[in-house]
This record gives sequence, C-alpha cells and structure tokens, in this order.
Amino acid sequence: MTRSIRHSAWAMFVLFGLLFLNLNWLQVLQADDLSGDQRNRRQLLAEYEIRRGSITAGQGPLQREIVRSEETDDQLRFLRVYSDAPAYAHVTGFHSFIFGRSQVEQRYNDFLQGSSPDALFRNLADALQGRERQGDTVVTTISPPVQEAAAAALGTQVGAVVALDPRTGAVLAMVSSPTYDPNLLSSHDGDAIRAEWERLEADPLNPRLNRATSELYAPGSTFKVVTAAASLERGGSPDDVYDDPAFLDLPQTTAQISNFATGRTCNGGQVTLRRALEVSCNTTFGQIGLDLGAQALVDTAQAFGLNADLPFDVPVATSRIPTELDPPQTAQSAIGQRDVRVSPLQMAMVAGAIGNGGVMMRPRLVGEVQDFAGRVLRQYPAEPLSLPFRDGSQAVSPSTAAALTDMMTGVVATGTGRNAAIPGVTVAGKTGTAEQGEGDPPDVWFIGFAPAEAPRVAVAVLVEEGGDGGESGTGGGIAAPIARTVMEAALATQ
Amino acid sequence: MSATESLRGTPFARRRANTEVGLLVLAIIITVSAYALVGLAQQPVIPAGLLAYGGALAALATAAHLVGRRLAPGADPLLLPIAFLLNGIGLVMVRRIDFAVASRENAQQLAELQIVWTIVGVALYAATILLLRDHGVLDRYRYLIGLAAVIALMTPLLPYFGTDFGRGSRIWVRVPGGFSLQPGEFAKIGLVVFFASYLAEKRALLSAATSRLGPLHVPPARAFGPVAVAWAVSLGVLVFERDLGLSLLVFAIFVAMLYQATGRIAYVVFGMTLFGAGALASWSVFSHVQTRVSIWLDPFADAQNTGFQLVQSLFAFGTGGLSGVGWGRGNPELIPDVATDFIFSAIGEELGLLGTTAVLLLYFLLIGRGFVIALRAPDDFSRLLAAGLTFVFGMQVFVIVGGVTRLIPLTGITLPLVSYGGSSLLANYVLIALLVRISAAPRRVGAARGRADLAHIGGDA
Repeated sequence: MTRSIRHSAWAMFVLFGLLFLNLNWLQVLQADDLSGDQRNRRQLLAEYEIRRGSITAGQGPLQREIVRSEETDDQLRFLRVYSDAPAYAHVTGFHSFIFGRSQVEQRYNDFLQGSSPDALFRNLADALQGRERQGDTVVTTISPPVQEAAAAALGTQVGAVVALDPRTGAVLAMVSSPTYDPNLLSSHDGDAIRAEWERLEADPLNPRLNRATSELYAPGSTFKVVTAAASLERGGSPDDVYDDPAFLDLPQTTAQISNFATGRTCNGGQVTLRRALEVSCNTTFGQIGLDLGAQALVDTAQAFGLNADLPFDVPVATSRIPTELDPPQTAQSAIGQRDVRVSPLQMAMVAGAIGNGGVMMRPRLVGEVQDFAGRVLRQYPAEPLSLPFRDGSQAVSPSTAAALTDMMTGVVATGTGRNAAIPGVTVAGKTGTAEQGEGDPPDVWFIGFAPAEAPRVAVAVLVEEGGDGGESGTGGGIAAPIARTVMEAALATQ
Repeated sequence: MSATESLRGTPFARRRANTEVGLLVLAIIITVSAYALVGLAQQPVIPAGLLAYGGALAALATAAHLVGRRLAPGADPLLLPIAFLLNGIGLVMVRRIDFAVASRENAQQLAELQIVWTIVGVALYAATILLLRDHGVLDRYRYLIGLAAVIALMTPLLPYFGTDFGRGSRIWVRVPGGFSLQPGEFAKIGLVVFFASYLAEKRALLSAATSRLGPLHVPPARAFGPVAVAWAVSLGVLVFERDLGLSLLVFAIFVAMLYQATGRIAYVVFGMTLFGAGALASWSVFSHVQTRVSIWLDPFADAQNTGFQLVQSLFAFGTGGLSGVGWGRGNPELIPDVATDFIFSAIGEELGLLGTTAVLLLYFLLIGRGFVIALRAPDDFSRLLAAGLTFVFGMQVFVIVGGVTRLIPLTGITLPLVSYGGSSLLANYVLIALLVRISAAPRRVGAARGRADLAHIGGDA
C-alpha cells in the first residue's frame, strides 16, 4: 500500500505541475496578449477612473468649458460632456471607448488624463497624500463668438472656415460643415455609439472629416495673391501694365486660359497688376505665371508654407504645388488650378502672413495647459513659423506684404470682394472660384484680413460646390459674406 | 486511548506544538497585512478595526491550537497554519471583492458572513478533534456514514428544499433561517470515510489477481462491482444534479482509493475507461456538457455570451502578469461568480504569477503533508483515510484551478478554504481536523500492517 499511496501522491504532484506550467503560460507568455486584448475592459476602466481634464475656449475672464467630465454611477466612472457640440466638434474631437479619440482629445490625451511628464511630480505627491489624480485643462485659442458666428454663417453649406489672429497665429475659429455631435460617440452605451458611428460612416459627406485642415482644395483665384507676391518679390510693381487678352494661348498645347466672363477681356486690352487682382483676371495672371517661370512660382508658394508639413495641434493635410511644372502647368497653377491643392487653414495663414508684414506665425489651437486649479502647467507662446524652404520668418518681404495688402483692399473696395466690406473698417481680401470641370459647381473661396492697416483677424472661407449658390455660386457671392460675418465677430471681441 | 495520551508532554510533541504556534503567528501577520493593504487601496487610512480583526484571528488560532495541543499531541504542525493562512487569504479576497461591487445595486456584502463561517469552521475543527479522540470510531460506523453520505448527495433533489438557484446545478439545500448548504461538500468526506473502511477490509480480496491482460494483473470480475456502483452514483450526480465537478470528484476519489488500497493499475484503467465512456455519453446527451466543452476548446469564439466568464478569468490572469496589479487595485467585479468559483482568477489579477504560485505552493505543501501522514499512519484504515482525504482535497484544487485557467473544461466547485461559501469552508475544516487526528496517532514502525499495532510509539526526527 505504501507504494500505491506514493504513486497516487506522484500523480497528484504531476497534476500540480501541469497547473504551474499552465499558469506560467497564461501569466508570462500570454500576458501581453490577454491584457491588451480589446475585449479586456480593465485598461479602459482605469482610464475612466480619472477625471479627464476639461477643454476650454475663450481667454481670461471669457474662458469657458466646451468639454468637461461628469461623474456617473456607470461602470465607466466619468462621462465626457460636450456642452457646445456640434459647433466645436472639429476642435475638440470625440473620446469614445470603442473608436478611440480624435483632434484635441487625441493630441492632448496625456495632459487630459493627467499623465504628462509635466505632471509627474504632482501625481507623485497626490499619490502619497491619497488625492485622486485629476486631468489637466487644455486651453484652446478658440474665441467662442467667432467660432459660433462662423458656424452660423456657414449654416448647412458644406465647407470650412478658419479665422486666426495674424499677430500670434492663434486660431480663433475652426469650423467644418457638416458636423456631428461628439456626445453621441463618447457616451457609455456601446450599441448607441456603434449605431452613430455607422450612420456617420454611411454619410457621403463624411461629417467627421475636418475640412478646415484635413481636406485639400484647388485654391482658384485666391492663389493669385501668391502669384502676385512672386512677381513683387522679383522687382514687379502693382502698377506694372500687362496685356489683358480674352484668351491666353498656352505654349506647347492647344489649351487656352479664358476669363471668368468667357470671351471678354478684363479691362479692354491693358491692365495693371493691381487692377488684374481686383477683378481677378485669369489671362493676365496666366501670363505673369509664364513670365515668372515655374521655379519662382514654386519658391514663393513654398515660402508661404506649401509642400511643408505644418506643425499644428490637430492633424493637417499638407498643401501642395508640384515642383516640376511645364509652361502650360505653370500658367494654370498661377491662377490656382491644375494640381495646386491647399487646405483652408493654409490659405488663412497666407492671408495672415500678408497682413502681418510678411511674417507667418505658427498656427496654434492650444495656448496653454492648466492644472485643475487653473495654474499654468505648460505654455505654447506665439512664434514665427520656421519652414525648411526659407530662411528667417518672412514669407515675403515687408514691402511686398504692404503692396499686396494695398492691392487686396482694392479687391474689397472696388473688385470682386465687395461683399466682404465692413463699414468703417478697411478690409483686405481675395475671392476664388475654383472650377471643378464642365457642368460641376465650383468650390468658392474668400481669404482676407482686417483692419488692413493693423490686422487683428485673418480668415479663409471655403464652400464646396458653390454652396447655396450652386452652379452660379462665386467666391464673392457666397464666401465673402461669411468672411465678413466672421471678421466682424472677431473685431467686436478683441 | 492510551496511545495518544502517552505522547502528551514529550519533547517531540512540545516541539511540534511550538512550531505550530510560530507558523500560526506568521499566518496571522500575513493575513492582517493583506487586510490592511486592501483597505489602503480603497482609502488612504489604516482600516478601522484592524487590531480587532487581528485579535479575533489570534483568538481563533489560539483556541484551535490549544485544543490540538492538548487532545492531539504530536500532530502535524503544518496543517492548521496552512489552512488558517488559506482561510485568511480567502477572507481578505472576499472583502476586497465586496469593495469592488459595493457601488452596484443590491450588492451583496459577503465578507462579514464569511467571518461567521470561519468562526464556525474553526469551532467545527476543534469539535472534531475534541469529540473524535479515536478516528477508529469512524471505521465502526462505516455503513451509517456511507448511507448518510449518499443521502446527503441526494438531498438537493428533494422537491421543496433542493434548489439550483437558477444556475443549472441542483446542489443546494435550503435550510430554515435563510441559509443554504451544499451537502455534497460534506458527503465527499463521508464517502472517503466509507471507501477507506470498506477497502481496508476487502483489500486482500480486491488485490488478488486472477488473470492477466497484457501487462495488467486483472482481479476477478466481481471485484469490479464496487467500481461500477461508484460510477453509477457519480453518473447519477451528473444526470440529476447536473454537477460535473462533484460527479468527477466522487468517481475520482473512489478509483484513486481503490488503487491506493490494492496497487492494481487495472482498476485505474477500468475506471478511466468507464469515465471516458460516461463523459462521451453525457457529452452527446446533454447540451450543457457540450457547451462546457466548446467553451473550453475556444472560449473566445463566444466571448460575450457563453465564453464570457472564462474569457474574463483569462483576462484577469493575463492582466495580472508576473507580479499582479496590486491587492485592491484590480477589477475582480468583471468576472461573474468571482467570490466562489473564480476567486483564484481574482488572486491571479491582483497578485500575479507570484501570488498564484504562492497559493498553489500552500496547497502543494498541505497535500504533501497529507500523503506523509498517510504513509506514517498506523493501520490500513487510517492510511487509506488520510490518503483519500488528501487526494480529494488535491483533486478539488486541481479541478477548479485547472478549470479557471482553461487547462481542463470548467466545472464549478469551490477553491478549498479560500472561496466564499460556508459549506465548503466547514467541510474542509473537518477534513483538516481528520488529518490532524490521524497524524497524532502513534506512528507505524517498520513494515507492520493491520490495526493491531497501536501500541507502538514512533520516534520522529
């Protein structure tokens, strides 16, 4: 019996050996897979245990929360509340336990969760004193009156508005339409979140797309300020006189450039650079492009930030101009057609740089990060934007900027941009109506800044497919009034 | 019994008793520290009543120790401290789970009830040692005990009292006063007593090999009758009470003890064949068995529904990793039934591989001592009883730990001494008390067998 009891003991020990082996397999070899499995809710629960920081808009006494966390009795403890959704959706982004995060919610996640390196010592002290960890507050540069005016002015039209302070690069408004309600993606109800997500995915207009930064458009005639700048930088003057044909024959092809009013000249045969910009003369600017050559056009465009990855607080598509252009391409690019593609943010920065004496400031959506008590944890000061394609911070020289400003005030005073005029304020601007092809409504633009002599706001408005104007929509008719509303709101608050 | 009396006061007995005191102190220190840790993870103050908690544990330990020291001198000094420590770990874990579910609606708070069960359990331990001065008594009442065990196994089938609490397995009996018992936990011990007694008597008959089948020495056909009976009983448990775990346990005990008694591997082969046939048959007949098996093969295939519990358990082990997320810092509430069947998963999450290994080593040590007690016991009945009790205890640990770690198909039974639940705790304290009682009996010397050589007093190193 001793032998058989020993044997049964050994059998038991072997079974225990299997248990030990299996535990090692689970807790060492499989540990990462199991703990990281997306069906494992533990990490998520830990994340939602922390009071995620607020996102605010407005400065100083006007600062107010646009996103906050509220405690609930759910298994996920804190609920994200977007109080001013959906006008701010493309600024804040969403915070979903199924689909992750976007925009500021994503880029500033470490701060919002209170886990940034800046907060390390505070967290340590909190832990030692048994205080709950608090997320930090992200203070955006958005100005609520400007943001809301932009959203209201754009209405149900598909497009985007960017307004910024050209002196600091602070983004005052960033609106994209159509928009969505981040509350519906950030709830604690998985089925509802999935349903809303699928609805947004199925929408051909893709409401989650931030058209202000992540979509690229042909700039159309707004790009003529870049072409004009290239000319002025190379010894040109607003008073230079050019031919003003009804059609411009392009070399090497049978293609032609015609004016907006097909078959007519802009000014009866001869036109100054100033007047050509005011009335947005295609044939003249095509000719200027041919005179300048591809290299000059590309250089100036790149000095304004095209072909460079912009440092920004939310994802940005890189605006671009091909660096190899044959003469017909050069002529078409000079009037913002062909393969030139820009984001509304990029064009707002172009307008801002011109208004700011040629100095382009780095665009900022977030000014600083505060802890829950309002103490500043991290600041993002205003600074000129440095680019790989140019030395120093001047996109163009101060004299070129001054000449362009002067010409652009003419656009609003007596040219295509009269709808952007604000009584008692000198407004500088440029319209654009980018052809999409035969029979398709054009994408319409307005870029500008005010007051022209010392700008406090620069703006870019883009409305897809002519907006409410449809096929007959133009930059001056559709985009300029929106820009005026936004600039008025900005001037009223600053 | 003069033999037991004579050990009292010897240096050997005193040394062992003092060892037990030291280990008990260690067990209490560990339990109280764990209790404080779990409290600190909730709020940054030392939990109120920590001293009272430690004091109560110390009082219980003192009582249990003194009873053993006086009435079972020279008993194994490891059994009680290990059982006490496992019980303590369970208490802390149950309290920790209470914290985790406290915010839920109708949250059950289990820890206080488990403390009551612990007090009753230790009292039962002391009572067993106090009243059962000679475990040979059990041998004499074997048919009574065996009958009681079978009746206990069947009580959950009673129309009014028996219930499955909506969980599928009909293994509970309602007791007036709002309590419920799992008679199977006690029946288990009764069956081991009966088997030990029966096999000790029929040993010679059952081990006589009359023929050979290949390498196997095969006893006469009628010797297999009892195996078939045990098989039928365990199959009855499976069919009528739908309890896979208990069914497996009952049959495994019998086959193991039959082998321990006779040394005939033929019984094991025959038993495993029967078990295989029974398992296959129940798999083809019962949908709940099929579900269990498919969950085992691929728990992630239906991770939100049938596989949910096991998948949550595996996540807990994986999240715990090597060193765990820290006591009181995990999410045990994500695993259904975490306080009973899945308490080992909660330990895996918060204490990691280090913690699960430590707990398994405690069981390993306890089982090792159990087998040593069996080998040193003075007579066949004692040896079979100790070996059988040890085996069933170990088997239960294997079945539940193997189940929650997906080594074997999951069957819901308690983790002895750690899981929440009165029946299991009480039954296992009785089991430990029986082992303590057997270990205190005078040691067998040499190869002497039979029940007569009680006069020997073994000198132990």
